[in-house]
Amino acid sequence: MIAFGQFTEVLLGGLLAGFLYSLVALGFVLIFKASGVFNFAQGAMVLLAGLALVRSLDFLVAKGFPYWIAVVIALLFAAAIMALTAWVIERFVLGPLVNQDGLTLFMATIGATFIIEGAAQMAFGSDVYPLRLFPTDAIFMFENTFPGGILVNKLDLWGAAIAAVLVAGLAVFFQYTKTGRALRAVADDHAAAQSVGIPISWIWFVVWLVAGLVALVAATVWGTKLSVQFSITFLALKALPVLIIGGFTSVPGAVIGGLLIGAGEKIAEAYLGPYIGGGIEYWFAYVLALLVLLVRPQGMFGERIIERV
Amino acid sequence: MLYREVGQFKTTYAADMAMFPIRQDRVALWLVLLVAFVGIPMLSANQIWPFGSDYLLRAILMPFLILALAAIGVNILVGYCGQISLGSGAFMAIGAYSAYKFGTGVSFPLPFAGFDVSIPPLPMLFSILLGGLMAAFVGILFGIPSLRIKGLYLAVATLAAQFFFDWVFIRVKWFTNYTPSGSVNAPELNFFGFLVNSSIEKYLLCLIFVTVFAFIAKNLVRGNLGRQWRAIRDMDIAAELMGIRPLYAKLTAFAVSSFIVGVAGALWAFIYLGSWEPLAFSIDRSFQLLFMVIIGGLGSILGSFLGAAFILILPIMLDQVPHALGVPISVETVSHLVFIVTGSLICYLLIVEPHGFAQLWSTAKEKLRLWPYPY
Repeated sequence: MIAFGQFTEVLLGGLLAGFLYSLVALGFVLIFKASGVFNFAQGAMVLLAGLALVRSLDFLVAKGFPYWIAVVIALLFAAAIMALTAWVIERFVLGPLVNQDGLTLFMATIGATFIIEGAAQMAFGSDVYPLRLFPTDAIFMFENTFPGGILVNKLDLWGAAIAAVLVAGLAVFFQYTKTGRALRAVADDHAAAQSVGIPISWIWFVVWLVAGLVALVAATVWGTKLSVQFSITFLALKALPVLIIGGFTSVPGAVIGGLLIGAGEKIAEAYLGPYIGGGIEYWFAYVLALLVLLVRPQGMFGERIIERV
Repeated sequence: MLYREVGQFKTTYAADMAMFPIRQDRVALWLVLLVAFVGIPMLSANQIWPFGSDYLLRAILMPFLILALAAIGVNILVGYCGQISLGSGAFMAIGAYSAYKFGTGVSFPLPFAGFDVSIPPLPMLFSILLGGLMAAFVGILFGIPSLRIKGLYLAVATLAAQFFFDWVFIRVKWFTNYTPSGSVNAPELNFFGFLVNSSIEKYLLCLIFVTVFAFIAKNLVRGNLGRQWRAIRDMDIAAELMGIRPLYAKLTAFAVSSFIVGVAGALWAFIYLGSWEPLAFSIDRSFQLLFMVIIGGLGSILGSFLGAAFILILPIMLDQVPHALGVPISVETVSHLVFIVTGSLICYLLIVEPHGFAQLWSTAKEKLRLWPYPY
């Protein structure tokens, strides 16, 4: 017999973890929506942002700055680094590859991944750096509804709140601003967008910058959770099934996909894991994504793929 | 002047269908085979530079040959049939572990039938080929989604195979014969009484496998099946309208590709590694293979070799350069530098030649035909 309280705790923990996955998946969706590039470098960008943030923060704190000022300066510094990265990638990697097919661009971003990983670790070091921006202690909730209450990590709540704000902001940006509309035009067709006077290199810079800033936000949460270290780049792989389920082109899809994966993973691990050996978290998300694809090849919220001969 | 097919007339149908229609290509191929089969073993037997020690054989040529074989397999799927796969590492693992199980004897109980199935240890060659067959079988299973899913979605879907099998080979102890550490040792390399022990013997064994499979692949891709694959790659709906069955074409591509990759996996485990753990076939291996295929040239057997050579040798060279120049750099910095340089070169190559080394070679051939009097 499954205790309802325990089930709710697993479900809630999974949903909140799912928000954190969507934070990473968002970066992918942004770039894919705006440039048709499947950006494999997102995980590396999270690492770079995290390293820039934590190293400058440690440096400033050691110099005797008050903590909150140090945090603000470090965030600005990391944002500047992401802007620089966006410019370099646009100028030297993607700019020369305009109008190539998706696979080539995808490979180019894998190349960029190597460069970012190497450069980030060379510039900022390659140890494990703990980051403490958010409280990480666990609290009990709903103590009067369930006996004993439900154990929830405060960090997960912060992550969920941040993801919600981010999604709302991005949705507004894409729907109502001039740049947002230009971004969608570029995603539809590079050449056509250029021909109506949209400066494609500027648009791509903006997109990569926004993706970099999303990576920075993801880095603040994930860095607090896992410490900033190399293995944070594997988040990119974790975000892929989220993308598949949500669809490459849908911002809300990224969030819902993240929630589904997070909850499904935790429930499967808790109730299926004991029977077939633990660690199924490792592949569960992918198999779930595969099943979704068999039913809906464009993901749950992706735009319908129409093909003509 | 040297590379010109003027005066080479095709007078028979056989000549018209020759694998290498130009005489210079045939000569070059025979020369390469001669060097590989006779020259290198002779140099190695007489300890002549650079084969004084077996470092070059063991650390460069053997992995190059095996990974080139795997790259041919991946190229059939990605380059010829256009189905992007990020699960090739898993298929190498399936080949390796199946060959290991067949090589050491398979037994599993069938509770519902009331008896045990047990197969005695099979000869090495059969184990390796059966490993390939198992990989082909699993490849077909994971190829079924490709009928509905395309492009990058498919790439992510194939990751499911990668992560699932990583987990299976770590968790299911049956595959590793219940060794406590999870790492397994290859059985002795006994080919019908001939024991393969020394580096040069292992090298020749790899070479035989690679040569045979490269010829098979070369002929497959220019035959009926290869044309179907390419039609599917170029435009699957149009191909279907022309009467090509997507089910058959895609699944044969998955099967042939996984078979070759599986055999390469078995060779990698048995001959190159000797003893291995599941990490040997992680996602990094899948990416490495995909890089080889893309850098070498999609849809080119020659490209598979060139790509394998480039991706394999580049990090080794980069590792050696600072030592050779006498620059004191820490090991950590060197590994970061290797990352940066590899990434930059990949980006650079994609920009200057998106179709890979194979395209560079055919451009060079065009130039050579006119040399030294280009008009």
